[in-house]
Amino acid sequence: MIDRHPWLDALAHVVLIVGVLVVAFPVYVAVIASTHGPNDFMSGLIPLLPGREMFANYRSMLTDGLSSSGAPPLLGMLWNSLVMALSIAFGKIIISILSAYAIVYFRFPFRAVAFWMIFITLMLPVEVRIVPTFKVVADLGLLDSYAGLTVPLIASATATFLFRQFFLTVPEELMEAARIDGAGPLKFFRDVLLPLSRTNIAALFVILFIYGWNQYLWPMMITTTSSHYTIVMGIKRMSDVADALPQWNVVMTTVVLAMLPPVIVVVGMQRLFVKGLIETEK
Amino acid sequence: MQTKRTVFGNRLLPYALLLPQLAVTVVFFLWPAAQAILQSFQREDAFGLSTAWVGLTNYTDLLQDPSYLNALKVTAIFAPAVTLLSVGLGLVFAASLDRLVRGSRVYATLLVWPYAVAPAVGGIMWWFLFNPTIGLLPYLLAMVGYHWDHALQPTDAMILVVIAASWKQVSYNFLFFMAGLQAIPKSMIEAAAIDGAGPVKRFFTISLPLLSPTTFFLAVINLVYAMFDTFPVIHATTGGNPAQSTNILVYKVFVDGFIGLNLGSSAAQSVVLMIIVVALTVIQFKWVERKVTY
Repeated sequence: MIDRHPWLDALAHVVLIVGVLVVAFPVYVAVIASTHGPNDFMSGLIPLLPGREMFANYRSMLTDGLSSSGAPPLLGMLWNSLVMALSIAFGKIIISILSAYAIVYFRFPFRAVAFWMIFITLMLPVEVRIVPTFKVVADLGLLDSYAGLTVPLIASATATFLFRQFFLTVPEELMEAARIDGAGPLKFFRDVLLPLSRTNIAALFVILFIYGWNQYLWPMMITTTSSHYTIVMGIKRMSDVADALPQWNVVMTTVVLAMLPPVIVVVGMQRLFVKGLIETEK
Repeated sequence: MQTKRTVFGNRLLPYALLLPQLAVTVVFFLWPAAQAILQSFQREDAFGLSTAWVGLTNYTDLLQDPSYLNALKVTAIFAPAVTLLSVGLGLVFAASLDRLVRGSRVYATLLVWPYAVAPAVGGIMWWFLFNPTIGLLPYLLAMVGYHWDHALQPTDAMILVVIAASWKQVSYNFLFFMAGLQAIPKSMIEAAAIDGAGPVKRFFTISLPLLSPTTFFLAVINLVYAMFDTFPVIHATTGGNPAQSTNILVYKVFVDGFIGLNLGSSAAQSVVLMIIVVALTVIQFKWVERKVTY
């Protein structure tokens, strides 16, 4: 600190505390709502203090769902979300690191074409080309399957780009030494490059897990039976049902369960998450 | 296109390594995008039995379609509003945090986690808070004499989706501004302090100009976010209503394509959006190229 300005420090604390409160407030309300019985919402105002139904709400939603209205148990949805998030994260990392390796460590015809073909996917979010992409997946018979949920989302220009940037900073001498020692390209990749990329992979994993977990439109389009619903898309179904009969407590139970896993990942791996975020985007 | 000075001399291996990514890219990205471009010049009857070439008709129809012009207008309000709100708040929080040494890690953690919350989940939570019958915020607004109803009043609905979409993006901008502020050399700040510039003046004459590349980058990223990644916020809350007042372009592509089954028009809208994304990506890439040296 160069100079002391107690009033400015105090102002900074006030701004940050207000910020934290505003950011946390909707979550607080959601958690509180998830601890109440359905009748507590008849009074005309959202309750602001915890109720007594927390255990009952979470247990019945996890195991039965809103079975009276055809919404499946949340345990199955959580499982599907987990499968989807992990497949997307691992799939993206594997295909991106392989293609970045090819682009940086080899010189071959159509190298630039391959690079730009990958890079252009950065420009085509799934929302924009949703109708034709849906048709391709339907024609391939992948509707309502884990493959259909994950494979179309695993091409990733940002991950390829990140690995490319990182490989370019790896000293040339490492590869020359490996070649003198007689290591082939696959051995060099496995024994030198992969261990060096460990932090990058971990950082990327955090970002991609969240990306996969939070998918909404895609699972909504391609799942037709409740056995493949993911929890984030399931929330909408819950809230439609709940709008008819006021069951805010169970909607908010779903909200809390959908939010918990990615938030735990971010808070628990904050250092890696920040590294991954700042590097993938720049 | 950079490579290493020395490379491996293998003929087939690089293609094998690229194959998985290229296969996914071609099948699920390039092929559908080409289909969209093709379809945008065609008209299909509602049962998909016949198609006819119609040239640019789908595009010219769009420009005369009041509901499309409305979606353009809505997006032109929504996207800058989300960008301004979330970038502005991100900067305020980062600048405040930069002043403090003690407790800054705790604040950072408490501000960063909303990034992990799905846009749909954030949308539902704000929708609940603003619920006209039991929501807390309408209750408070009623005390000052404002009757809130986002199901009936277009302005209220717009405010709701802007707040819900900005909520999680603040944490993202906050992180980048924090990284940007930490990268400013301490010696520069100290020199200004010795010259007698107070903290407020230092912020506006040194930190803020040095943050302008970060601000520009975030402005582009946030515009892209607001235009394309906020679909879940709209779908889970207002559904584009009331009276189409929150029907942004991305949402309209979906509604016209899947619910209206107007494939030609939906494809033309997709192409327009693709052009917008490409333009924004090129701007962003140019900036990255200039900034990063390797």
